[in-house]
Amino acid sequence: MSTNQAIDDRGIRDADARGRRVGEPLTTPPPAPAARLQRLLHAHPLTGPALVLVLACVLFSLLIGPRFYQPANLSLVVQQVQIIGMVGVAQTLVILTAGIDLSVAAIMVFTTVVAARLAVGAGVPAALALLAGFAAGAACGAVNGLLVTRFRVPPFIATLGTLNVFGALTLLVSGSQTVRGADLPALFLWPGQTFSAFGADITYGSALVLVAFLFVAHVLRRTAWGEHVHVTGDTLEGARLSGIRTDRVLLSVYVIAGLICAVAGWFLIGRVGSVSPFSGENVNLSSITAVVIGGTSLFGGRGHVAGTLLGALIVGVFSNGLTLAGVDVLWQTFTIGVLVVAAVGVDQWTRRVGG
Amino acid sequence: MISPGRGPVPAAKTVTAPDQGSLPVLVARGLTKRYGHVTALDGTDLTLRRDEVLAVIGDNGAGKSTLIKCLSGAVVPDEGTIEVDGRRVAFRGPLDARAAGIETVYQHLAIAPARDIAANLYLGRELRRKGFAGWGLRLLDRKAMRANTRELLDSLGLLTIQSLDQAAETLSGGQRQGIAVARAAAFGSRVVIMDEPTAALGVKESRKVLDLILEIKNRGIPVILISHDMPHVFEVADRIHIQRLGRRIACVPTADITMPEAVALMTGASQPGPGHTQD
Repeated sequence: MSTNQAIDDRGIRDADARGRRVGEPLTTPPPAPAARLQRLLHAHPLTGPALVLVLACVLFSLLIGPRFYQPANLSLVVQQVQIIGMVGVAQTLVILTAGIDLSVAAIMVFTTVVAARLAVGAGVPAALALLAGFAAGAACGAVNGLLVTRFRVPPFIATLGTLNVFGALTLLVSGSQTVRGADLPALFLWPGQTFSAFGADITYGSALVLVAFLFVAHVLRRTAWGEHVHVTGDTLEGARLSGIRTDRVLLSVYVIAGLICAVAGWFLIGRVGSVSPFSGENVNLSSITAVVIGGTSLFGGRGHVAGTLLGALIVGVFSNGLTLAGVDVLWQTFTIGVLVVAAVGVDQWTRRVGG
Repeated sequence: MISPGRGPVPAAKTVTAPDQGSLPVLVARGLTKRYGHVTALDGTDLTLRRDEVLAVIGDNGAGKSTLIKCLSGAVVPDEGTIEVDGRRVAFRGPLDARAAGIETVYQHLAIAPARDIAANLYLGRELRRKGFAGWGLRLLDRKAMRANTRELLDSLGLLTIQSLDQAAETLSGGQRQGIAVARAAAFGSRVVIMDEPTAALGVKESRKVLDLILEIKNRGIPVILISHDMPHVFEVADRIHIQRLGRRIACVPTADITMPEAVALMTGASQPGPGHTQD
């Protein structure tokens, strides 16, 4: 590995020294054999996670058989990762700007208790209560965004603080009480309802998560806003000097992330079947895990929500497959840890393409 | 030269003959900027004529970069006035200066390493599609951006036919500089400012950038060049503005001064004589 890398670096430097000058065609010299993989991963960063997902599916299909690849089980995997996936979309947006949001799970749970309190406690119509929950999510995001842009608090610190603030507010609003599913309006539980397709029962929640992925991927790729999100994460000072209103871009990212978390909260109610101030605790780190395994760089500016979808599915497939194979839970944790470290390593390696 | 909304269309502009009577493009008077106890600019003047390359030279701490930042909108001066084409302007940020037709190539280029070449050329002013897709859905017109980029780089001799999809970070330092210069050339309608454009480049790459500076001048856009490299300055500049201790101490046609004289003035080894400052 290290020998190959040394050869790669030398190859690229030689190529530069040989004269890719101003004025000459913007050609890349023929890659040294060992640099080819690096270039492939640089140009197509989704290759890695896609390959891992396919290999994992093949491995578990061979190892476990139909119990793994039957539609019902695959549908279960998707249901298990839908919350992480949805929150992962929000997390991807923030990480693309070279930030991080540690408060995503706290926002998600906070919005569920706000909506439940309004609907069950105050008798507000279900749809209005749900919308109030979404608004609360956007407001939480706005707090994060203002801390980062107006008060120049580093995102890690700002969201570490709001993680605790929103968590405390969750307990305050809910009175530390769980609202049972039987007391909740049907609309709240709707994302957990199923419809039949491809020979399996699919929940509306998991289907909507896929729609959200497609929509955000489209917006990031095709709109000026998406371009500015990438550039802001890639080079903050350069973006500012180019006339991009970076503060406005960052604020909008945190607000939208908060809104997405609130929608994830709705899906969470459907999945769990109740509203509890103590649910979704592992979602914070899992969402970051999915983003990182999906190949999005923690340094900002590069990555893709499709990678996050792959990352979430990889985590789901490994958990599900290892459980079905009867392997101790500790090895699930171990595997995910190895994947995270490997993903960051690959990111560091491919980022050096330009030298 | 080209309206930013339309994007860079490299139409060769006919060069207007130097007209002694015409107004200078850019005039700065008495610019002052203090940072606490430090006076970075102490009432400096600057005049940029049409169809010229004006070199700004000076020792470290002479106020070159603060002066340039005032002109490009990155710094707001405490005192003094700036006129563009005879009209008073007050830049509150880089956007204002760009709107006035002043483009700057920063020393650190303001290039987004992970974005492709076309995206970097249009950084911050991406083209949108026509019709509802553009103003309603705010969709980008990547096809047009790519086509214009190709045309522009081609007209500047920066490209034959190659992929514009590659990320800026896969380019050499000189190629990146080429992209930044091309961007300024495409969007700068009145003035192009370049801050040490050859500082990080090798001999051949510097050569190319100097050619680009002359190309921009030939297109009818005056250039302000900040540089430490005296041979480069004497090669391309029409006039030399010498900055010392926060003030302009001289501004002379390149033909009327020698390199040792310029360095002596710049370092304070000799004092400016009469006729050394011409607007």
